[in-house]
Amino acid sequence: MTGLGITYFYACAILAVLGALGVVFSKNPIRSAMGLLLLILSVAGLFLSLHAQFLAAVQLIVYAGAVIILFLFVIMLLGPTAVTSDDHTGLWVRAFGGSLFALAGLAAIWAVYRAGASGRPPAALGVPDSAFGGIGAFGDILFSDALVPFELSSALLMVAVVGAVAVARGRQGERTLSRSELETTRAALAPGPNEEPVR
Amino acid sequence: MIPVNHYIILSSVIFVLGGLGFLIRRNVLVTLMSIDVMLNAVNLALVAFNRGHLKSGPLQTYSGQSHTGQIFAFFVIAVEAAEVAVGLAIVLSLFRLTRTVRSDEAHLLRN
Repeated sequence: MTGLGITYFYACAILAVLGALGVVFSKNPIRSAMGLLLLILSVAGLFLSLHAQFLAAVQLIVYAGAVIILFLFVIMLLGPTAVTSDDHTGLWVRAFGGSLFALAGLAAIWAVYRAGASGRPPAALGVPDSAFGGIGAFGDILFSDALVPFELSSALLMVAVVGAVAVARGRQGERTLSRSELETTRAALAPGPNEEPVR
Repeated sequence: MIPVNHYIILSSVIFVLGGLGFLIRRNVLVTLMSIDVMLNAVNLALVAFNRGHLKSGPLQTYSGQSHTGQIFAFFVIAVEAAEVAVGLAIVLSLFRLTRTVRSDEAHLLRN
């Protein structure tokens, strides 16, 4: 049983890391979305192994059912322009920032590893009862102790839906600016020659 | 039984990958997906810590088991759904204005 649990954990972990790599390093956003889907499915599997059954279901419904579909809709709507060409301006700056971040992250991972490997065996995990992480426990808490953030999150989702519609719809009769019009707009926004630039 | 620090190490690996994608990619869609990757890593860490500290903390059920991390992850998922909706709307708006989804083409307010 333990061997099976360990195999399950490592299978899910490897799939999750592969998915994250796919998101970051794919040229095509569709492949990035598929990598995100793989990551989400394996994280849902890890939730199951952590006794979070309801969260695993929510993860599948909200992420795989809504977020990925939304991403795919937008990618399909944008068509071939969703694939941005690869250019190398500022590549060194980006690579430097990225490697700095990766070094800091690796140091943090090493610290966690050292803390886990420091002699004494890890404390035995408590045994959860059968209601732990289930929908009954969630409902119990969401409608008693966590009622205020629950209602606030519904207000947040409502505002987000209205905001998304307002931003995505745009004004009626709006059209795309051509490149010269873009330059004109930028010139109009820029400070004039006899104007002191804002520092 | 897998100890909790294995989950934490996995979660930090995924978080670092997401942060890398956020920093080095210029496609706005991939940037948004990288934010999703980071939020998933955070959710994994929250749920793993909740599993490791069953008996301590608030938000307990009647049987005395704390669900703080899982409830927190639940709200993170809600916030994340809102973020994706608004973010993709902004991407569409940017695309309508400049016909591209490159983040370095969004320089209308430069100077």
